[in-house]
Amino acid sequence: MRSLRVNRLVLLFVALVVYALPMVIKNPYYLNVLNIVALNALVVAGLTLLIGYTGQISLGHGAFYAMGAYVSGLMAIHLGWSPWITTIIAMGITGVVATIIGIPTLRLRGHYLVMATLGFNLIVYILLVQLDDITGGPSGLPGIPSYTIGKMVLATDFRCYWLIWSVTLAGLLLSINLIHSRVGRALMAIRESEVAASCLGIETWKYKTRVFVLSAVMASLAGSLYAHYMTFISPKTFDIFYSIEVVAMVIIGGMGSLWGALLGAAFLTPLPYLLHFFEEYKDIIYGAIFMGVLIYSPDGLVGEVTRFYRKKRLESRLRELEG
Amino acid sequence: MENNLSQFFFSGIATGAIYALIALGFCIIENSTKIVNFAQGDFLTLGGMFMFTLLHALHVPLILAVLLAIGATALVGVAMERFTIRPARSKETVILVFITIGASIFIRGAIKILWGKSPKSLPYFSGDNPVGILGARILPQSLWIVAVTILVFLILNYFYRNTRYGKAMRAVAYDRRAAALLGINVEKMVMLSFALAGGMGAIAGVLIIPITTMTFDMGVVLGLKGFAAAVLGGYGNVMGAVVGGLLLGVMESLGAGLVSSTFKDVIAFVILLLVLFIRPRGILGRGEGERV
Repeated sequence: MRSLRVNRLVLLFVALVVYALPMVIKNPYYLNVLNIVALNALVVAGLTLLIGYTGQISLGHGAFYAMGAYVSGLMAIHLGWSPWITTIIAMGITGVVATIIGIPTLRLRGHYLVMATLGFNLIVYILLVQLDDITGGPSGLPGIPSYTIGKMVLATDFRCYWLIWSVTLAGLLLSINLIHSRVGRALMAIRESEVAASCLGIETWKYKTRVFVLSAVMASLAGSLYAHYMTFISPKTFDIFYSIEVVAMVIIGGMGSLWGALLGAAFLTPLPYLLHFFEEYKDIIYGAIFMGVLIYSPDGLVGEVTRFYRKKRLESRLRELEG
Repeated sequence: MENNLSQFFFSGIATGAIYALIALGFCIIENSTKIVNFAQGDFLTLGGMFMFTLLHALHVPLILAVLLAIGATALVGVAMERFTIRPARSKETVILVFITIGASIFIRGAIKILWGKSPKSLPYFSGDNPVGILGARILPQSLWIVAVTILVFLILNYFYRNTRYGKAMRAVAYDRRAAALLGINVEKMVMLSFALAGGMGAIAGVLIIPITTMTFDMGVVLGLKGFAAAVLGGYGNVMGAVVGGLLLGVMESLGAGLVSSTFKDVIAFVILLLVLFIRPRGILGRGEGERV
């Protein structure tokens, strides 16, 4: 495991790259893709805490992403409140729902946990489609107000880039600090063995519920940001495929690492856009790449980067010794 | 009202039998590898599509077409195991499960290319005159489905309990290394289970293509329902798969008939969650002692 200092340095480096990118990339289309990468990275960071560090799986986080988007969007439209405030209220409501769902659900293990979280996502999705007088149904919910700072409306891809990436970087910082704390060590103990952890006096269900709620709230925040950035949302964005995609990002990035979350999001998010070029063959190519990474690189992209780095270091040491 | 009730009940049983067949496919993979095969629903679509081509384009007789469709899908199952599951460098459950999700995306893409997006349909096996049972009117095709499900259940039950191969498969699922030490060819067993699961999916596909028209992405929803049924009954349990499937079908049908058809899936999934909260290992699932 990397030390706290190394992780903070990496974060600083990532932040520099992130804030420098818009100087090179001016095309709104690319900025839009990068913004979606950031939103996914925020969700994936929360999921990494849950899946990678605590060893619990959820294929239902699309539902929490949806709650953030719909609760905040609807309140801002109908009550006319500032999107900043509705975003925070949505996080609170999602937190309460996640607690109620989490306590009985996290008692389940393995395939049962997978089904329960999938089932929850399906229920929320069907409600979004069917309660059309509230949610706008399958045709979606238009006219969601943007965030404003003073007189400036954050309505362009460029302006939202700063907001969304700042929030995501803050989310990553929070997650890094959490991992290097007493709580983080407790979570990892639960992943290694729940029985052993509880023998050490760790109240496993409390920690599991809390990290589940934290990851749900992070997904909710990402959902609200998405809603006020795009100003239009529809249920399609929040179906189980979204939940599966973000968990795939966790795994393909590298399960035990927050940087894996970022790499996974940066790799899988733009992939469908890139494959668009292949038209009818895009699905089989996507499926093949998806399987290929999992088959040949089970440690994920982070594993590959670490291996590459170690090999280079070893080679340079060898050269030193020879020379 | 009473007639309606029995109508809802029996149509629920017919749908539930399909869910049970799909759940049995999940069960077979669980009983050799302990993973969830999310491509199970796509095996069903493939089976239906093969059947469509065999009957419609090649004019093969019905029985032969059924057998060929089952065989072809079983081969796809074998190919999937050979090229994705076996070469996987990690045998960790989460990774293998996500490989099957990748395979599902791949198969669906291939079906879309080969058969197109338009829905495919076939005539019923034996006419469309409904049969009356206890005041309910049932399609003969539904009777076929129920009969085949019962037959498949009996065969699988016998297979796992009384045959060498069935026992070997369960041993592989329980402990790969110990099974290998006992001289069981682990890779062969896993491959065989994928062949069986493929065949099982094809049986379901062949049976339902006359009832619901078949589209390339049909496997997603049906696969999920089958998975839900398997979990409801107790994952990996053959009897549980059948009980879970029938229960899910009946719950949906009653929910649609008595409460609201738009919310039938919500009702079914809410009940599923409640059952899991009370019995975390499904209705017939037994709690396994956990090794520390």
